Amino acid sequence: MYGKGLRPLSAITVAAVALTLAAVFFWAPNDAYLGFLQKIFYVHVPLAIVTLGGFVAAGLMAIGHLRTRDPRWDMRSYVAIHLSLIFGIGVLITGSIWARGAWGHWWVWNEPTLVSFLLVMLLYATYQPLRFAIEDPERQARYASVFAITAGAFVPINFLIVRLAPAYVHPRTLDNISGNLPGRMQVVFYLAMISTTLLWITLWKFEMTAKHVAAQLRQLRRLLGDEDDDVPARRSAAPSLTHAGSAG
Amino acid sequence: MTALSLRGVTRRYGERTALAAVTLTLPAGQTLAVLGPNGAGKSTLLRVLATLLAPHAGELEVLGHPLPKESWAVRAKIGLLGHEPMLYRELTARENLRLHAKLHGVRLERVGELLALVALERRADEPLRTLSRGLVQRVAVCRTLLHEPELLLLDEPRANLDPAACEIVEPLIGRVSGKTRVLVSHDPARALLEADLVLGLARGCTAFLDAPAQLDPQGVAELYR
Amino acid sequence: MSTPRTSSVVRALLEAQLRLELRTFESLPAMWLFSVTAFVLFHFGLNEDSLSGNLASGVLWVTLLLAAMLVINRLYLADAEQGGFDGFLLSPADRGSLLIAKVLTLLFYLAAVELVAVPAFALLLLEPSLGQALPELLGVLALGDLGIAVIGALVGALAIRTQSRDLLGPMLSLPLLVPVLLCVAGATAPLFDPTHAGAIPLRLLVTLALYDAVFGLIAFALFDFLLED
Repeated sequence: MYGKGLRPLSAITVAAVALTLAAVFFWAPNDAYLGFLQKIFYVHVPLAIVTLGGFVAAGLMAIGHLRTRDPRWDMRSYVAIHLSLIFGIGVLITGSIWARGAWGHWWVWNEPTLVSFLLVMLLYATYQPLRFAIEDPERQARYASVFAITAGAFVPINFLIVRLAPAYVHPRTLDNISGNLPGRMQVVFYLAMISTTLLWITLWKFEMTAKHVAAQLRQLRRLLGDEDDDVPARRSAAPSLTHAGSAG
Repeated sequence: MTALSLRGVTRRYGERTALAAVTLTLPAGQTLAVLGPNGAGKSTLLRVLATLLAPHAGELEVLGHPLPKESWAVRAKIGLLGHEPMLYRELTARENLRLHAKLHGVRLERVGELLALVALERRADEPLRTLSRGLVQRVAVCRTLLHEPELLLLDEPRANLDPAACEIVEPLIGRVSGKTRVLVSHDPARALLEADLVLGLARGCTAFLDAPAQLDPQGVAELYR
Repeated sequence: MSTPRTSSVVRALLEAQLRLELRTFESLPAMWLFSVTAFVLFHFGLNEDSLSGNLASGVLWVTLLLAAMLVINRLYLADAEQGGFDGFLLSPADRGSLLIAKVLTLLFYLAAVELVAVPAFALLLLEPSLGQALPELLGVLALGDLGIAVIGALVGALAIRTQSRDLLGPMLSLPLLVPVLLCVAGATAPLFDPTHAGAIPLRLLVTLALYDAVFGLIAFALFDFLLED
């Protein structure tokens, strides 16, 4: 069920990413102040927006889990958070490179977006340890969902609040740049947004499909009497789909 | 009136099945004894009946209320006496019971009544950690009966009780109390004497379900093998 | 027997919590000692005799936050270890009343800690005198405490039934408390300004109040799911 449409989706995504990269390197004009370094903005900002969107989406999926108690929603939320964490590391790295180029330091505190992002990452970094610390799979999923919802609500609120800190009364650098983009830059930016979003969705579907297939395989093995029912499963932080029913 | 009605009640723990399609009916005022080795699912069954766990499959009705939908209505009518006394060790018996009385909306005089019934008035104002396990069990019995439940869920109720205490407690939670009871016990012989219906569990599955007279002694022994 | 009123349930639970603390008297002395020790550490770490403005505000609030971590880990300890959750879950009492009781308990702890920590801070490290700013400081403390209490009560319930509860408590609550810290530190800094020139930026307090409210609602909505077995 999850594998449906994966191939065409992947194809579109690859095409979009290729097109974007081409546009970034060959079509977009060089920025007057920062030169070539400015192009990292086409990676950094879309990655950031998609990552945060992913975290919020995970929170919504977690609400679905708590309401329906269907473990598949928990799996969706889990994969979304995992993926966003990986993308988020990319955001911090590209942000750091940007800061180095624009300000001369590998980290700057006067960019509220970057700071808020660090905070969000610190919070979500606890997701995996939290899951791992709960053995009962049902409770693990439930507590993870509570966390995902709380953290998902935290994401937008945190971004608003950090902006309020007295240190950020002067104008933001990223805002200046993303706000008034001249024609071509704007096009490339939107292109980058679309392809990054497609990339996230494709990877998400990919991982969901893989997990479903693994669960179905385990179920088949068990039906064939391959695995001993009494063997206690290794403690795991990942949700399992074995009791999700037959709709695979 | 039917006190308990279970149809295919199942409860899983991850990939393991703790209770597998348990089906039984228990009329009001009767005693169901649940036997089985460790890990058989006896405590899980009690917790499901106590509304602490929801079944993953099957239908369950306790005292006429379908669970988990009407858990709220059921809670006021059941009393669980589990392995843990569910009392704070640093508080006194009286303070613990008063807390539970307020949680259940029960008038506070009942606390004094129950303490007198189990002959614990003298030591009701000492922290529980200074009382012996047997005395704590008596306080736990009080906690169970505070809100006058119709259904008693008992997990080894006589553990830690000396014969004198057993005698005190018997009219309250024993067969003579007339209440509907689900009794989990590691003492099959004793349980069989008190029960109207006996359920044998092994790894969550029903090994046997019969009145004590109809039971095959071999079957009971097999259960613990 | 009637369904008990939420207010009487909350009062009963709160009474039990406070009795437990006063009888064992473990958490409060530890928090008091921690606060004063932290101030000494800051003195040596920063190599400063007295602080004012931003620095003073930060030192005070970070110390209070870390002291709060000590008690968040223990907030549900007695319940988890002595079957208190089951006892509560078996009653017809509203689940939210336990959350309210825990938030109030945390508020009590925080107020009790501040009774010692704030004067100690004024004595040991604060340069300007507190006098005039005291009522405003109390207001900021109250709002900040509410935020810590709400987040603490939620995270404490989340962490207590895991296997690494002592580690998860701080790890989960500290990022969630950064916005609170941001607001209270920003609001307190002008109060610790030696020239007494600054006024409290009100938007920080409004933001803090809103943050407390939003997460209070979230905690209330999600609490039931944490109590289930």
